[in-house]
Amino acid sequence: MADNSLRIERADVVIVGGGAAGLRAALAAAAAGARVALVSKVYPMRSHTVAAEGGAAGVQPATGDTFEQHLADTLRSGAGLSHPVAVEEVVRRAPEELIHLERLGMPWSRTPDGLPAVRPFGGMSHPRTWYAADKTGHHLLHTLFQATLRSPLIRRYDEHVVLELLTTEPSPAGTRAAAGAVEGVVGYDQARGEAVLWQASTVILATGGYARAWGTSTNAGIVTGDGLTMALRAGLPLRDLEMVQVHPTGLPGSGILITEAARGEGGVLLDAAGERYLADYGLGPVTEPGSPEAGRMELGRRDALSQAFWQADRDGRTAATADGSVVYLDLRHLGDEVLRERLPLVRELARRFAGVDPARELIPVRPAAHYTMGGIVADVRGQVRDADGAVVAGLFAAGECASIGLHGANRLGSNSLVEALVLGAAAGTGAAQATARRATPPPSPALLEARARELLAPWLALRGRGTEPPAAIRREVGQVLDRHLLIFREAAGLQQAATALAGLAVRLADARVADTSAVWNTDWAEAVELHSLLTLARGAVQAALAREESRGAHQRLDFPEAAAVPRHSLTTAAPDGTLTTCFAEVTDA
Amino acid sequence: MPEPTIEVTVTRQEPGGPPREETFEVPYGERSSVLDLLDAIKEREDPSLTYRWSCRSGVCGSCGVSVNGSPRLACETGAAGYRASGIRLAPLAGVAVERDLVTSPADFVSKLRSVLPWLIDDAGAGAGAGEVAAGSSAPAPLGSMEPGPPASDSLASGTLASGQAAPTTQSPAELSAFADFTACVNCLLCYAACPVVKEMPEFVGPAAIAIARRWDLDSRDHGAQQRAPFLLETEFAIWPCIQDGSCTIACPKGVDPARALRDYQREAMG
Ligand SMILES: Cc1cc2nc3c(=O)[nH]c(=O)nc-3n(C[C@H](O)[C@H](O)[C@H](O)COP(=O)(O)OP(=O)(O)OC[C@H]3O[C@@H](n4cnc5c(N)ncnc54)[C@H](O)[C@@H]3O)c2cc1C
Ligand code: SF4
Ligand code: FES
Repeated sequence: MADNSLRIERADVVIVGGGAAGLRAALAAAAAGARVALVSKVYPMRSHTVAAEGGAAGVQPATGDTFEQHLADTLRSGAGLSHPVAVEEVVRRAPEELIHLERLGMPWSRTPDGLPAVRPFGGMSHPRTWYAADKTGHHLLHTLFQATLRSPLIRRYDEHVVLELLTTEPSPAGTRAAAGAVEGVVGYDQARGEAVLWQASTVILATGGYARAWGTSTNAGIVTGDGLTMALRAGLPLRDLEMVQVHPTGLPGSGILITEAARGEGGVLLDAAGERYLADYGLGPVTEPGSPEAGRMELGRRDALSQAFWQADRDGRTAATADGSVVYLDLRHLGDEVLRERLPLVRELARRFAGVDPARELIPVRPAAHYTMGGIVADVRGQVRDADGAVVAGLFAAGECASIGLHGANRLGSNSLVEALVLGAAAGTGAAQATARRATPPPSPALLEARARELLAPWLALRGRGTEPPAAIRREVGQVLDRHLLIFREAAGLQQAATALAGLAVRLADARVADTSAVWNTDWAEAVELHSLLTLARGAVQAALAREESRGAHQRLDFPEAAAVPRHSLTTAAPDGTLTTCFAEVTDA
Repeated sequence: MPEPTIEVTVTRQEPGGPPREETFEVPYGERSSVLDLLDAIKEREDPSLTYRWSCRSGVCGSCGVSVNGSPRLACETGAAGYRASGIRLAPLAGVAVERDLVTSPADFVSKLRSVLPWLIDDAGAGAGAGEVAAGSSAPAPLGSMEPGPPASDSLASGTLASGQAAPTTQSPAELSAFADFTACVNCLLCYAACPVVKEMPEFVGPAAIAIARRWDLDSRDHGAQQRAPFLLETEFAIWPCIQDGSCTIACPKGVDPARALRDYQREAMG
């Protein structure tokens, strides 16, 4: 193992994450004149934003759409947990951001007269989803990444794993209050095998969500919620952890997403007998195949579609496969040309990963964990808030890791890419300004270094220790969540899940990291990620158990009604790792 | 019935150490990918085996490796087809190895940067000009810790905020002129396949040139003249290409870098 070396890097703003939110933040901070350290555990263009298929929502007045309708659709889906102020800000800024991307060269799909085209999306009353074929995330990410190469103010630290927020003091034992001001982050350079301290007056967390915790998930292996657990360990609350969106159409086994755009283009869902089963579960009346209608049948809200799957499964209408029960997505009537042109990725994924040609065959699909609405509590400028609602000096969060009150209890598809852009821009500008305004000098280098070593030590010490290989633990976490924290939940199952996860936490404490290499130790990095996933799994189960109502993505069989007053769950951690969940009223902050 | 297994030989290498080969018998199924086999080895045989992966669906470009001598994405390469031959895995050729199957994309990113891979508009600042101005990057009023005032005026009227830029128009035909070149996932399989890169590591290479072409062909871009001195007049940009075509054959995303190189060379020669 390497020596005790610690590399020190300095910047005005350090951004953790190189997905849509992190890259957008980097551009904005650099535009405001800040020196940016852009740190990501993968090369930015590998970030999971790349997998987004469908598109990004933004009102185009020319089509007769209005901000009010986008606002109303989002609030409806949020089921009482969205904040009107936050929704309004994002909705209003969305078109500007999408046009900004266009100016950066985003290859948006076009109408015949050359304007960016929009398509309908589930839960949206009006077509407003801008798209670039069905590879919107790929294009968005590469466009932003290439734009960041232009700025000399943006310094990238690729394949550096960030481990902790650097705060001046440890979080006060047992309290919910946040620790001292944020002074940077600490992490590890995988290629050089070296610990690193990034010192900066402001930090933006843009680390993405945690839906990889579930076994059947549309998310990549890197989507492990690292930023959330860093915030949690720094004494900050995480909001609405139990709110996970289940996508109705993942491929069985792999969970690979078949985008909703396939249904937006006219695809239909069939049960094992070939019937449009959605009509029997409250989503009818039946639409003509190939003529989708917003809000009905295949374009109903995602949670309604996932729930219909659950009911159809219970009613014996699904087909059994080695990877669990499935229904079928029928795209045959669209024809090979539409598939090639509008849904090339769906065509490719179905052929390669399900072995079917969608022009001629049905695609087997089943629900998969997809998007985590909960996250680090932040306002609409990306400023992180502590448990008392006060701003945490120097700390920002943007993108899927943040909970700003946009998605509430359920996200509308195509609202999250714009959130990442709008909040990334706001956080980047805000952080640059906060750094420029900083009045107090940073703590002495000796103090920061000592604190950094203290924070790093337990993580580095994981190498070469323990007995049980972590892969089995990771798998079991996924199975527990798939079983008890997916479409419908109930007390007995959640209690079983909590017990199982507590047992897994004990096993994880003794997990074996056999590889002792300082350089490129992926055995160690995966163990670090598993610590994050398991913590969030425990938090999500605990919050789900505490939320004795049904709302949005959280459906309790034993509490089928929504409570009269909507409340957010807030989960905090004591220094010994014990999690506490409480509830707070929905305010506008 | 015992699970069928397949013989997998991996070329491994510690940082700074010599390459060595290790062979494993790995269980597989009809749908197993080469990436699944790597996972199985890491989980059951040797946790120190090092390789990159993330999306498992061929979109992130992380998992490029050499499979029996051909550059492939491990996650979308089926294992069963190799049951008779066995599988030999090695790091992608032509790139520095960091550990085992992990090679460094750093050199590619600096080559990419050298072609100015961003939209250069009429105002046309070249490299290092920072970002294109966006109305959106200035948030609501500063100083206050409260969220900015709601934009009720624009919301009520249902129109875009005044002064907001409109999108540039681009016809579907103009889009399709460069769309194929936008599919690149930066997996670098084309570099591993290229015979020129092997002889001349400085060659800017297939993907970076394809991306340069993507920008030059974009009707919204006016940067061709700024890119030209580097592309057309330096030694290692387009001229080393011998039109072997291996890059295009290797590309898992249907990009045709050979065409980009050929078209640049032809245009330059008039
Ligand atoms: C398959 C799929 C399809 C989707 N389709 C759509 C869609 O059509 N429309 C839509 O609006 N939304 C869609 N979403 C959701 C949307 O893609 C995401 O919410 C959004 O891309 C998240 O962006 P982000 O920047 O917050 O995070 P990510 O893109 O996940 O980026 C996170 C970044 O943080 C870095 N990071 C994480 N942890 C660490 C650490 N410890 N140290 C250093 N770096 C770290 C990662 O390297 C990465 O760069 C989809 C999601 C999935 C899974
Ligand atoms: S051109 Fe093709 S092979 Fe080369 S990096 Fe891009 S996607 Fe990979
Ligand atoms: S793991 Fe993403 S391309 Fe293979």
